[in-house]
Amino acid sequence: MSRELIEGNVAIAEAAVRAGLEAFFGYPITPQTEVLEHLSRRLPEEGRVFLQAESELASINMVYGAAAAGARVMTSSSSPGISLMQEGLSYMACSEIPAVIVNIMRGGPGLGNVQPSQADYFQAVKMAGHGDFRMIVLAPASVQEAIDLVMLAFDLAEKYRTLAMVVADGSIGQMMEPAELPPMRPIRPASERRPWALTGAKGRPHNVITSLYLGAENLERVNLRLQDKLRTIEAEETRHEAYLCEDAEFVIVAFGTSGRIAKTAIREARARGVKVGLLRPITLWPFPTEPLRALSDQVEAMLVVEMNAGQMVEDVRLSVGGRCPVHFMGRLGGVVPFPDEITEELEAIIEAPDAPREVRYGRR
Amino acid sequence: MDDAEGAPKLPQIPPIPEGMEQVYAYPKSLTENKMHYCPGCTHGTIHRMVAEVLDELGVRERTIGVAPVGCAVLAYNYFNVDIAEAAHGRAPAMATGIKRVSPEHIVFTYQGDGDLAAIGTGEIIHAASRGEKITTIFVNNAIYGMTGGQMAPTTLPDQVTSSCPTGRDVSTAGFPIAMSEMIALLPGAVYVTRQQALDAAGTRKTRKAIKLAFQAQLAGLGFSMVEVLATCNTNFHMKPLEAIRWAKENLEPYFEPGDKKVTDEVRALSRQRPGAPKGAGR
Repeated sequence: MSRELIEGNVAIAEAAVRAGLEAFFGYPITPQTEVLEHLSRRLPEEGRVFLQAESELASINMVYGAAAAGARVMTSSSSPGISLMQEGLSYMACSEIPAVIVNIMRGGPGLGNVQPSQADYFQAVKMAGHGDFRMIVLAPASVQEAIDLVMLAFDLAEKYRTLAMVVADGSIGQMMEPAELPPMRPIRPASERRPWALTGAKGRPHNVITSLYLGAENLERVNLRLQDKLRTIEAEETRHEAYLCEDAEFVIVAFGTSGRIAKTAIREARARGVKVGLLRPITLWPFPTEPLRALSDQVEAMLVVEMNAGQMVEDVRLSVGGRCPVHFMGRLGGVVPFPDEITEELEAIIEAPDAPREVRYGRR
Repeated sequence: MDDAEGAPKLPQIPPIPEGMEQVYAYPKSLTENKMHYCPGCTHGTIHRMVAEVLDELGVRERTIGVAPVGCAVLAYNYFNVDIAEAAHGRAPAMATGIKRVSPEHIVFTYQGDGDLAAIGTGEIIHAASRGEKITTIFVNNAIYGMTGGQMAPTTLPDQVTSSCPTGRDVSTAGFPIAMSEMIALLPGAVYVTRQQALDAAGTRKTRKAIKLAFQAQLAGLGFSMVEVLATCNTNFHMKPLEAIRWAKENLEPYFEPGDKKVTDEVRALSRQRPGAPKGAGR
């Protein structure tokens, strides 16, 4: 295989095709529409299913149906569309139906705008719908990583019978950069669909896919089983990148696009002799709590940088448990931070790591 | 109600004595779980007709059902086919997903009036419009049963329910919505009919219609839907026979039974000599 110049959204779509995607159901929304457009051509070419639904509500329920029938399925949307999908996500989480959801986040709240944003962190990580559940949430910082994480998302979703969401933003979705696509994986034949799937009650009792469990004890049992599974995922599937952390006295914590921008600020700081590192969560859930806890004993302070008003910073503080100061800087509404804004913030923190600081929204 | 494991089972039927022949049997497409429906409810009859048709067409083992939210939410305990329980109103979207990845399977939704004609209006219209090769059984009893008798999209003008206690005032609550007539307008729908399960003659016609709807799907023709006028004696606050009388006197004149759309291809199917209706009684 060779590297090629490829746009993020197209790369995500093509990675899904190569991961053995059997069906895609989606609705156009900027800035992810290229995913849908690419698949509208590629899936029929491969003899697979593409359907443009009448809404995101319908899309996710089509995904629910197709995945319940045992197919490898995906949908893709952007923030307002994901809000509409929350109903389906909750049902699928309860009935343990695996699927991959891509969220190319945009500025909010409301219709917001189409600029790159990380404002859906809470929605993705804490609860993407009603009831007690979590999804595996993967956050790429480059086109190559988006490809790799889409492939991984399908494997994890099916391994654990859970939902896996890939969250990126318009800057990764719309950016072209060199990346390598994996070879095409063979598609799973319909005859090899999982035993729990709706494939027809031939020679076995009928299969039922439901999220209805009447009786509190019944539903508690289901919830306990889901929680057990989540603990396993936490133990097995937490991923992060530690960049120049070995000797770091200060550490920036940032995911996705802000993690990438932070690297530039870190390289500049290192050039001036400041020992700064980056901890970049790759799985936003499960969250890399342990590596952060370990770093908290080593560093003087942490700076969390996000393209939102401060969401992941809460998880960082929970992880660190007060062992070091945790500061925050964010840009809102689709504004992407400049590296020198991070540098300014970092310099102020280095000067007085313990001084309480107001929440900073960059240099406005 | 308990879920499937705890659902009470039907009593075992003793073996047929030697020299006697079984002429009527419990459909294979129904489980032996005892139904939770109120005495007098028409769901049991309609479930049975769907099950008999699946048996008769020999498709039980390749059928996938989608249950609604509403009184029939537990239909998955009763239909002995692979089956999913959808979110409220989303059964046609779920059925679309299933059918698209399992085109050789027979896929049906079973929905009530709140599910199909209120919260799920978008999903049913678009599934029909796309000509999804699925079959919808739409049970219209003009009221929300499961939540205890509130106004439905098909509640009649001046009909009293718990959320229109002085009767449905069309100046504020709007008019009953006639889904079959609307869906019949869509090119993707090949067979749309309204029947009733209010008397023996109506029930027999309903069963024929259900069979034709599944045959249309088997022939790959497009979307098919059988609307069935039904009762909810509990929430009508009537005895079962009174409820049926009320429905015949009020529901039938407003929602006129009959075929709303039968394409030539479907009509050709209906002219084929029907197989002997197994289990249709004597």
